[in-house]
Amino acid sequence: MSVAVENLPKDVEVLDQPLESEMTLSMGPQHPSTHGVLRLDLRLDGELVVKAIPDIGYLHTGMEKLFEYKKYQQGIVITDRMDYLNPLGNNLVYVMAAEKLLQLEIPERAQTVRVLMCELQRIASHMVWLGTHCLDIGAMSVFFFCFREREKILNMIESASGGRMTPSYFRIGGLMMDLPAGFESRCKQFLDGFLDAMNTFETLVTGNTIWQSRTQGIGIISSEEAIDWGLTGPCLRGSGVDLDLRRDNPYSGYETYDFEIPVENDGDVWARFKVRMRECYESYKIVKQALERLKPGPIKADAPKVVLPDRDDMRKHMDSLIHHFLIVAEGFNVPEGEVYHAIEASKGELGVYMKSNGGPKPERVHFRGPSFVNLQALPVMSEGEMVADVVAIIGSLDIVLGEIDR
Amino acid sequence: MSILSDVFKSTKAVILGMKRTLSEIPREKWTVQYPDVPVTVQPRYRGQHLLHVDENGKEKCVACYLCAAACPSECIYIEAQDDPRPYEERVGRDERYAKVYNIDYGRCIFCGFCVEACPKDAITHGYNFEISVYNRADLLKTKDDLLITKQKQSKNYRVALSTEDVDSEYKEVDSVGIKFRL
Repeated sequence: MSVAVENLPKDVEVLDQPLESEMTLSMGPQHPSTHGVLRLDLRLDGELVVKAIPDIGYLHTGMEKLFEYKKYQQGIVITDRMDYLNPLGNNLVYVMAAEKLLQLEIPERAQTVRVLMCELQRIASHMVWLGTHCLDIGAMSVFFFCFREREKILNMIESASGGRMTPSYFRIGGLMMDLPAGFESRCKQFLDGFLDAMNTFETLVTGNTIWQSRTQGIGIISSEEAIDWGLTGPCLRGSGVDLDLRRDNPYSGYETYDFEIPVENDGDVWARFKVRMRECYESYKIVKQALERLKPGPIKADAPKVVLPDRDDMRKHMDSLIHHFLIVAEGFNVPEGEVYHAIEASKGELGVYMKSNGGPKPERVHFRGPSFVNLQALPVMSEGEMVADVVAIIGSLDIVLGEIDR
Repeated sequence: MSILSDVFKSTKAVILGMKRTLSEIPREKWTVQYPDVPVTVQPRYRGQHLLHVDENGKEKCVACYLCAAACPSECIYIEAQDDPRPYEERVGRDERYAKVYNIDYGRCIFCGFCVEACPKDAITHGYNFEISVYNRADLLKTKDDLLITKQKQSKNYRVALSTEDVDSEYKEVDSVGIKFRL
């Protein structure tokens, strides 16, 4: 044992100490089933996991500091790169926090489009989760079918915003642009084929005995423990806690939509899997309702000092042009104050804490990433399980390392 | 007995799964044989920028620096120049133009804020996405690379019509005559 290790305080555990019956296995950061650059320090007794310690920070980019140097509207593009599977949800929580500080009223069409796009993005995010989760456990073809469905959604997001994975579609006070012509028919076309695709997944995965025996009774976390560890989203609802911010703390008009919150009581990988599968159907229902509600109307709030004017207005009217120059060049001042706003992203409660000092740039922006909090429970879930089951548990947590490290 | 039933159930699951997978073979393919087949991009796609000119070939940019101010990654560099000559002899449409207009594609994140900011519609996002180079210095694109009259466009993309549905690219490929569906 080296001197440096001996000098450590007593309560610090040293992992590279050789033990008689236990060994330390470093899993990741290049392991494909850790979904990015997560490294796990696994202490093994034979094939059983005695202790699992997640090691994060390989993707750290200093985003939260970067927000302090960007104007409010420029921060939107940074949020895209946090949880890159659910960029529209990140956009939404950021712009809604700023809107809360500015006390803006968002027109109804913009609200509906936001809900529509976020639910499509939730389906896309769950498709990636299902595909990679199945790929980790050994079902290859599901991955291709999932990515085919996701491709359709990404095409729609591209047609609306211009970006596939970095849409930056929402703006403070509304939307970037209105939906393109023909978007609704495309969306309907997607929805028509979606249930068929879900049937495929039910046949290939849910009804598969091999899948069931790989996931049932693994990675159990009780509802008390889940609350203690701060789990949110499908991980929490898989443990039997009925909490969903779309219903319990509604935003963007979610209270007017008719949907259910799927809850399972077992708390294992299978329960979390079932919750997410059922969530896809609920998102499908919400998208359908949002499509019916789409009515022509303004997509930007009536706040000329905050929201960029229409391009036609800007060319014709001098005051619009002046506002345009001021907003782009200097930004807009946001009233002093601090705010916390949370939405139900595809992975759980995505919150943003924003503090303004009255200027055009935020003083502090902090994100409560659901992946980051959910990952904490990995040691609790994986202790006493086999090494191969750790892969299944990571998949069921649905983590994105871009959001964990930020 | 339980082993037998396990074997039976697993075999059944494999057979059902393979049946579903094999039934996908005759269906339409969602993969594109890029670069042999052009990729379809949507009309709002944000690719490499284009600097526009008016109908007489005069640059629309007046070097107002709004795009540089809007850019979150600070990748646009402009040097303005006054040009008091008459319209016919000028470089730009107005009496002021950008002598230097550089975009560093090592920094650009294709967010579209510069396009939103431009009051003259002088800069838009084109559809060119093949901008990889062998040398990092080549990522700095000057006006010669960005002007719509001079920019080389790749043949590897096709812009979808604004009213087309999402799977249009598969229909398009069929009409060209490449067999795409089995």
